[in-house]
Amino acid sequence: ADIISTVEFNYTGDLLATGDKGGRVVIFQREQETKSRPLSRGEYNVYSTFQSHEPEFDYLKSLEIEEKINKIRWLPQQNAAHFLLSTNDKTIKLWKISERDKRAEGYNLKDEDGRLREPFRVTELRVPTLKPMDLMVEASPRRTFANAHTYHINSISVNSDYATYLSADDLRINLWHLEVTNRSFNIVDIKPANMEELTEVITAADWHWFHVELCVLSAVFEEPEDPSSRSFFSEIISSISDVKFSHSGRYMMTRDYLSVKVWDLNMENRPVETYQVQHPSVPRVPCVPVAMSNTCPCPQVHEYLRSKLCSLYENDCIFDKFECCWNGSDSTIMTGSYNNFFRTFEREAQRDVTLEASRESSKPRAVLKPRKVCTSGKRKKDEITVDSLDFNKKILHTAWHPMENIIAVAATNNLYLFQEKVN
Amino acid sequence: MFVRGLKRKCFDGEEDIEGTLAGIKAIPSYNLQRQSLLDMSLVKLQLCHMLVEPNLCRSVLIANTVRQIQEEMTQDGTWQMINTQSTGQASLDRLVSTDILCRSSRDQAEGKHVPPYSTFSKDFESDQAQDGSETMSTASSVQAPRNLQSNMWEMENPQDNKGNFQKSLDQIFETLENKSPNSVEDLFSEVDNSYYDLDTMLTGMMSNTKMGHCDSLETFSSPTNTASNSNCKSDLNDLDHIVEILVES
Repeated sequence: ADIISTVEFNYTGDLLATGDKGGRVVIFQREQETKSRPLSRGEYNVYSTFQSHEPEFDYLKSLEIEEKINKIRWLPQQNAAHFLLSTNDKTIKLWKISERDKRAEGYNLKDEDGRLREPFRVTELRVPTLKPMDLMVEASPRRTFANAHTYHINSISVNSDYATYLSADDLRINLWHLEVTNRSFNIVDIKPANMEELTEVITAADWHWFHVELCVLSAVFEEPEDPSSRSFFSEIISSISDVKFSHSGRYMMTRDYLSVKVWDLNMENRPVETYQVQHPSVPRVPCVPVAMSNTCPCPQVHEYLRSKLCSLYENDCIFDKFECCWNGSDSTIMTGSYNNFFRTFEREAQRDVTLEASRESSKPRAVLKPRKVCTSGKRKKDEITVDSLDFNKKILHTAWHPMENIIAVAATNNLYLFQEKVN
Repeated sequence: MFVRGLKRKCFDGEEDIEGTLAGIKAIPSYNLQRQSLLDMSLVKLQLCHMLVEPNLCRSVLIANTVRQIQEEMTQDGTWQMINTQSTGQASLDRLVSTDILCRSSRDQAEGKHVPPYSTFSKDFESDQAQDGSETMSTASSVQAPRNLQSNMWEMENPQDNKGNFQKSLDQIFETLENKSPNSVEDLFSEVDNSYYDLDTMLTGMMSNTKMGHCDSLETFSSPTNTASNSNCKSDLNDLDHIVEILVES
C-alpha cells in the first residue's frame, strides 16, 4: 500500500475516497445495514480502485511530474453514477464511477464471449435481455483538465453551482467549467514580475458554500505576534497549510503549524476579500480571528513543539502540511499531528481530546483511549514525552463524515475509520 | 545588547546559561545558533535545486528565513563580531566551494561554462563546537553575476560592515577582479541568462533533473571537468569562504 495523500467523503458520506502517492484512487463504500449482519452498518469496504494519474515526463522542462494525488473532491450526485475530481501536481481529471450489475445477453451478431457469430448461424432475430451479474464498478475518465498550471496544484474546490471549480497552485488560481477542458480563467495571480521578490505562495484555497463570489486563499501569513515570542521560525510556523469553510458558511478555519484558528466571517467590517473573475491583485486577508491559538476554545494543536522548532526545521518536519476539517454541524473540528496522533476540539464545550491511530491502540470496536503528551518534566503514566514522539508518523489528512460522527484518518499508508460509539 | 526575547531553539535540551554567565557567553551562543540556522538554510536551498522539482512553498519559506537572519545580522552590526584570525586564509575549512553542484551532465558533455555560484557551508554541524567568531559566510548575488558588488548584504549596509570582515570581503572581490581580470568575464560569459531566472531555477530547469543526489555529490567531490573550470577553481580556492545562494538576488 502506498502513502495516502488525500481523504475525502462524498456529500452523503456513503463513499470515502482516498488518493495515494502512486496515483491510485481507492473508494470505500459504507455497508448498508442488513438483517443478517446488523453490526456491519458503518463498515466501509472497498468499492472501487483505479489508477487516476500516471507519472509523466515534461520534456520541455526536463522534469518528472509526480503521479501523487494531491486532492480529491466529489461532485454531488446527480444520477446513478458518481463523479469526482482528482488532481496531481499538474493535471485535474474528472472521473465517473458507475455500477454495472446487469449484462445484456442474447445478442444476434455476437456470441456470449463476444466473438462474432457466423452469419449462417443467425437464423432468427431475438431481443437481447438483461441478466443480473456480479456487481462491477467501473471508473472512467471523463475530462482531463491539463496544461493550466506552471506550479504545483495544491487545492481544488467545487463551486456551489456544481458547474465550475477552482484549482490553485503555488502562485495562481484558475477557474474552470466542468464541461470545458481547453480553457480556464485565471482569477488570482500572485507571481511577481521579478521572481526574486517572491515571498508568498498560495498554500490552500476553498470555495464558499453559498456566496459564489467568495473565495479564500491562504498564503504565507504574517500574524501580529507578541514580539517576545517571535523567532526566526515565526513565519514558517504561521504559514497556513489548510483552510476550510464551515458547513454553515459563517466560519472559516485555518491550520498553521502549531494551531488551528477559527475565523468569523461576520466579525469584520467587510467580508473576506471578494475575488471577481480576472481580478488583478490579491489583498491580504483582514479577518480578525475569533479564536486564537493561545486561548480557548481552540487551543494549540501541539504547542509543545515550540521548543523543538530548530530540530523540526532541520529535519524538514516544520514544512509538513497538516489539514483540518469540520464535523457536519460545525461544532467540532479535527486535525492531525505527529506520532499518529490526531486531535478533535469541541468548540462550544471547550473540550479537546488527543487520540492515536495505530494498530496497537485500535482494536476493532474498542474505544480509543485518549492520549496525552507530557509537557512538563515529570511524566505521568501513559503520557508520552515530546522527545519520544515519532515525527515520521504524521497524520496530515483527515476527513469527517458530513452527517454522522465517523472520521477517516490517514496514517502514512494506513487508513483508519473511527466511529462514535453508540450504546 | 541585542539579545531579544528569543527562545533557545537550536540546542534543545541545553541548559540555559543563567545568571553570571549570561553576559558574554549568551551572545556568541545566540550568534552561534543564528549562524547554524543560516548555514542549515543555505544547505537546504542548495539541496532544493538538486531535486527534480523543488517545492516552491518550502523554498520561499527558507529563503525568507535566510533574509530575515541576514537582515538581523546586518542590523545588529554582527559583522564586527564575526571575524577570523587570518583574513585571507579561509579559516573556514568547513566551507566548501563547488562549481559543479548544479552543473548538468548535459553541460558537462558540451563543455559549457558554468559559473561557480554554488558554494555552501558543508559542516555546519561542527559550528556548534566552535566559537562563533569564524563566520564568514555571505550571500552573493547570483542574479547580477557580473556585478559582484551587488552582494546583498554588503549593499544593504555598506557602512556597517567595518572591521576585518569587510576587509576580507574587499580582498575577495579584489582578488577576483585583479588577479585574473578576465576570469570574471570568463566565469560568466557564456552563461545563459535563464540560469538566473528564479522561476526556471525553482522549477528545476537549472539543475539537470536527471542528476540525483548521488550524481551531484559525485561531481561535488571530483570537480575536474573543463579547463575553464580549473581556472575558476584556482580563484575559488582563494575565495572559498564565499557562499552564494542561487535564490537570493
